[in-house]
Amino acid sequence: MSLLEEMNRKATDLGIPFSAHVDITWRCNERCVHCYLDHDGKGEMTTEEIKDVLRQLSESGTFQISISGGEPLLRRDCFEILEYARARRMNVKLKTNAVMIGPKEAARIKQLGIEQVQISLYSHRAEVHDAVTKLPGSWRRTIDAIGRLKANGVKTSITHILMTYNSGQAKAVRQLAAELGVDFVVDPTITPKLNGDRSIMRLGISSQELEEILHSEEFVGNVDEFCDPSSAVNEDILEGYSCSAGHTLAYISPFAEVFPCVQFPMPCGSLRKQSFREIWQHSAALNELRSVHIRDLHTCSHCTHVAYCSRCPGLAYLEGDFRGPSSVDCGKSYARTGIPSLAMSRAGHSIPHVSSGLVQISGVQ
Amino acid sequence: MAATETYITQSPDIACSTLGDDTIIMSTLDSTIFVLNSVGTAIWQGADGATPLSRIVQDKVCLEFDVTGDEAMADAKEFVDELARHGILSVSSQPVSPGEVL
Repeated sequence: MSLLEEMNRKATDLGIPFSAHVDITWRCNERCVHCYLDHDGKGEMTTEEIKDVLRQLSESGTFQISISGGEPLLRRDCFEILEYARARRMNVKLKTNAVMIGPKEAARIKQLGIEQVQISLYSHRAEVHDAVTKLPGSWRRTIDAIGRLKANGVKTSITHILMTYNSGQAKAVRQLAAELGVDFVVDPTITPKLNGDRSIMRLGISSQELEEILHSEEFVGNVDEFCDPSSAVNEDILEGYSCSAGHTLAYISPFAEVFPCVQFPMPCGSLRKQSFREIWQHSAALNELRSVHIRDLHTCSHCTHVAYCSRCPGLAYLEGDFRGPSSVDCGKSYARTGIPSLAMSRAGHSIPHVSSGLVQISGVQ
Repeated sequence: MAATETYITQSPDIACSTLGDDTIIMSTLDSTIFVLNSVGTAIWQGADGATPLSRIVQDKVCLEFDVTGDEAMADAKEFVDELARHGILSVSSQPVSPGEVL
């Protein structure tokens, strides 16, 4: 167990929000075809409201914070916010499309001690990336920004989201990341819109392509181990939780709303009405979520994949029941092992659409 | 001749948080992570650049953890040297004002 995992476990025991994801805006200069957000900025938190949220998180024990959006750099106060988070001694990651990172911004990011900049890149080919973002020239600007960040010594990673638009390009993007000297993460995640609209799910990759990715050594490391269906379930697993959402992870929207995770739109409270501590400790929704152990999942606890499944309770919630299976994660377990999940068997072994799960697979460096 | 005092200061190039008795610290320069136990946390929290290490050890370690001064000071110096090698703490023979720290 790594030190971070150890501290995360301790945070779980102590009820501390060790990590937080704060979207400071949902406005964006790109219009990505798969985006799950609307881009209305009306009612966004002010600078002072965001600083107050960061102060509350820091005082609650938050160590890691992701500042994201939308495009966070669209806010004129973005650097003021980043500076404040660093002054609170938080470990700050910045998620951005990077098109607004020029020489001055790259130097400032380095100077502030931002731990990592995470950048979405949809293709090694400019025309494909720009077709996804609908912003002409965005690929060139993003690549140039990555170069500036690297030149300034900023730890940078590329996240490559798989979808029909960029089908079959993951290996080439991984190669580009290696040439640029940055980390690479492939993400088979198309998330339904937060209002429940699932129309963008049609952009997800095919089951066959996911299976190829999940059986590729360069994406998952040891394929035999990753795809081994024989991991035994034990008491620790059954006593555990699906993920850190709501246990040690909180998501704050630009409108001061608290959720367990950016992919888990279960309302837990508004920071315009209550303090973060009140919401974190006393929200009925959060406490209900925390009461659910793996053993309490009505279907998944009996499933053969329970020991290693990437089940996302947020996606299950979007399907109507956070205690239930997430059909897309059933699809991933099936793609890994060739064995239908219990939910699939009960549904007559239909292979679900597989591309909206939460799994992120770090590239093997 | 009096022994030289040691003053310790938390580096600005870190992220940290306290969980219970432990403190997690990460260097933002190289992402190295350290976890301090309760004694290390006591010294870390006293590292304000103005309080001599001997005073931190006396007030925060000896009194709270029931150890002798010499033993605690030797361990504390070793601990401080280790963190200083990783750029987590800076060590000075003179007090450091807050303006000099950041």
